[in-house]
Amino acid sequence: MLRAHGLACDRGDRRLFSGVDLRVQPGEWLQVEGANGAGKTSLLRILAGLSPAAEGRIEWNESAVCDARDEYHARLLYLGHGPAIKDDLSGLENLQASAAIAGHPLEEGTALAALRRIGLRGREELPTRVLSQGQKRRVALARLLCSQARLWILDEPFVALDVAAVDQLCGILDEHLSRGGLLIFTSHQPVRLAGQGGCLRLGQ
Amino acid sequence: MNAFGSVLRRDLLLATRRKSEVLTALFFFMIVVSLFPLGIGPESAILRRIAPGVLWVAALLAAMLSLNRLFAGDYQDGTLEQLALSPTPLALLVGGKILAHWLTSGLPLVVLAPVLGLQFDLPAEALGVMMLSLLLGTPLLSLIGAIGAALTLGVRGGGVLLSLLVLPLYIPTLIFGAGAVEAYTAGLGAGANLSLLGALLALAVFFAPWAATAALRIALE
Amino acid sequence: MTPSSINWFKFAAPARFYPLAGRLWPWFAAIGTLLGLVGLWISFFVAPTDFQQGEGYRIIFIHVPASWMSMFIYCVMAFYALLGVTFNTRLAGMMSSALAPTGALFAFLSLWTGALWGKPMWGTWWVWDARLTSELILFFLYVGYIALTAAIDDPRRADKAGFIVSLVGVVNVPVIYFSVKWWNTLHQGASVSLTKAPSMATTMLLGMLIMALAFWAYTIAMALYRVRAIILERERNATWVAELPEMKS
Repeated sequence: MLRAHGLACDRGDRRLFSGVDLRVQPGEWLQVEGANGAGKTSLLRILAGLSPAAEGRIEWNESAVCDARDEYHARLLYLGHGPAIKDDLSGLENLQASAAIAGHPLEEGTALAALRRIGLRGREELPTRVLSQGQKRRVALARLLCSQARLWILDEPFVALDVAAVDQLCGILDEHLSRGGLLIFTSHQPVRLAGQGGCLRLGQ
Repeated sequence: MNAFGSVLRRDLLLATRRKSEVLTALFFFMIVVSLFPLGIGPESAILRRIAPGVLWVAALLAAMLSLNRLFAGDYQDGTLEQLALSPTPLALLVGGKILAHWLTSGLPLVVLAPVLGLQFDLPAEALGVMMLSLLLGTPLLSLIGAIGAALTLGVRGGGVLLSLLVLPLYIPTLIFGAGAVEAYTAGLGAGANLSLLGALLALAVFFAPWAATAALRIALE
Repeated sequence: MTPSSINWFKFAAPARFYPLAGRLWPWFAAIGTLLGLVGLWISFFVAPTDFQQGEGYRIIFIHVPASWMSMFIYCVMAFYALLGVTFNTRLAGMMSSALAPTGALFAFLSLWTGALWGKPMWGTWWVWDARLTSELILFFLYVGYIALTAAIDDPRRADKAGFIVSLVGVVNVPVIYFSVKWWNTLHQGASVSLTKAPSMATTMLLGMLIMALAFWAYTIAMALYRVRAIILERERNATWVAELPEMKS
C-alpha cells in the first residue's frame, strides 16, 4: 500500500501544491489530473522518489520510503516524460537493457514476445530511430508487459497512441490491477479502468 | 552486478552504432598532436623534449570533447531517471558508464599514442613508458571528468563550463603522466611518477563515481 | 539533540542571521580598515629595508597574507559545503557563495603582487614557481566555482552543485600543490622563495601578522555584507523581508 501525507512541492519561489494526501491499495488506481503546470509530473517524480518533497512523507507498506529506497525501487516501475529509448538501439536491445537496469533481466524470447504483443511484430530488430513516435511509445510501454513491479507510476502513458493502442494499454493496466498491482498515472483524457480507483485534482 | 554489466554493454553498443563520435575525438587527438611540429619546427631534439607534454595535453583536450556526451543523452531521454530508480546503487551504474567512456575514448588514445610518438622521434622504450602512463592516466581523465559532466548537466553553456571546472583538476594527472616519460628519458626512472598516477587512480576509482552520483541527483531533482 | 547544539543552529535561519550580520559587518569593516592602516604603516615606514632585496621586498606584506587568505577561504567554503551537505541548512550555501568572490580576489591579488615582486627579484614578471603556480590553479578553481553557481538558475540547485565543486576542489588542492612542487623540482625551477625572505625580522613578522588580521576582518565584513544581499534576494517573497524597515522606505 502506498500512502502520502501532506506533500508539498516548490518550483523556484512558487509553491506548486501543498497538503496533498493520497492512499492507493493493492488493485486500486489513481489518476492525477490538473491543468498544465499544476505539478502533475512533479508529484509523480516525488512519489517515485526522484525529487524530494518540500514537505510531507511517503510510506510504502507502512514504512517511510526514504528509509528503504532500494526496496521501494525494486517494487516500482516509473515511466516518465522521456521514454528512455535510445534511437540507435533496436526495440529488443532497448527493452532488454532497461529491464536489466530495473533489476529483472529478460530472456530474449520473453522480450520478443512482449514487443510482438504490443504491436511491433517485424520491427523488433530495427533501430528505434526509424520508428514513428507512437511506435517508440509502444517500445517504452512493452516494459509494462515484462514488469514484475507492484507499483506502476506512469506519466502520460496515453500520449501519442492510436485508439487501438489505447485500448490495448487499458487492457494491460486492467491485468496489472487484477493481479493486485497499484497504479498511479496522469492523463488529460478520461480513462476507463477496472477495479477501484479515483481522481486527484491538483491546483484547486 | 548484472545492471552494471548491462549499462556497460549498452553504452559500448551505442558507441559502435555511432562510430563517428568516437572517431572524431581520435582524429582531433591526432590533429592537435601533429600541429605542434608545424608550429615549433621540425628539429628532432626539441620535438623529443616536448613530445610527452604535447601528447598528454592533447589527450586532456580529446577527453574534454567526449565528456559532454557522457550523461547528456541519458539526461535528455529519461534514461538517467531509470538509472536512478534502479535497485542497483546509482554509483555502480555510473561506474559502468565511466568504464564504457574510458574504453571508447581513453583506450584508443593509449593505442594511438606510440604511432604519434614516432612523429616526435621518441625512442622505443620511452614510447613504452608513454603508453603505460596513458594507460594509468586516461581512466583518471574519465573519472574526474565524469564529476564535471554530471555537474554541468542541463546548465547554460555546459561545454565551456565543463572545461573550466575539470581542466584544473587534471593538472596532477598531466604532471605525473608527462613527468613519467621525461623522468625516464632523463635517466631517473619512471617508477615514482607511475606509482603516484596509480595511487591517484585508486583514489579516484573510489571517490569519483560517488561524487558524480551526488551531482547527478542534483541534476535530476 | 541537546539544548546546547540547538543554540548553534539558532542563527542558521536566514531571518535570524540577516539582522545579526547587519549588526556585525560594520564592526569588522572598521577593524579591518584600522588594522590595514596600521599594517601598511608598519610595512612601509617601520620595517627596515632588506639588505638583499631592497625596498621591493615590502610587497610581501600584501602578497603573503593574500595567499594565506585565498587558501584559507577555500577551506572555509569547503567547511560550509560539508555543513550544507550534512545538515542541509540554507545558510551554508549562501555563506559559501558570499565567500567565493573574496577568495578569488585574494588569489588574484596574490598572483598580481607575486608578479610585481618577481620583476625586480627574478627579472621576469612570471616564474613557474611551485607556490605561484598552485595559486594560479587555485584561482582557476575559484573561477570554476563562481561560473558554475552563476550558470544554474535555481539557487538551491546552484548551492548543492557548489558544495560538490568545493569539496572535490578541497580534496584536490593538496594533490595539486604536491604535484606542482614535484614538477618544479624535476624542472629545477626558481630557488628563491617569496615567503623565505632572508632573516625575517620581528617587525616584519608583526607587519605581516597585522596585515593578515586586517584581511581576515575584511573577509568577514565582506562575506557578511554580501550574504545579506543574497538573503534578501532569495527570501524576497518571505513575509519577514517585507516587514524590514529598509524595505518599507
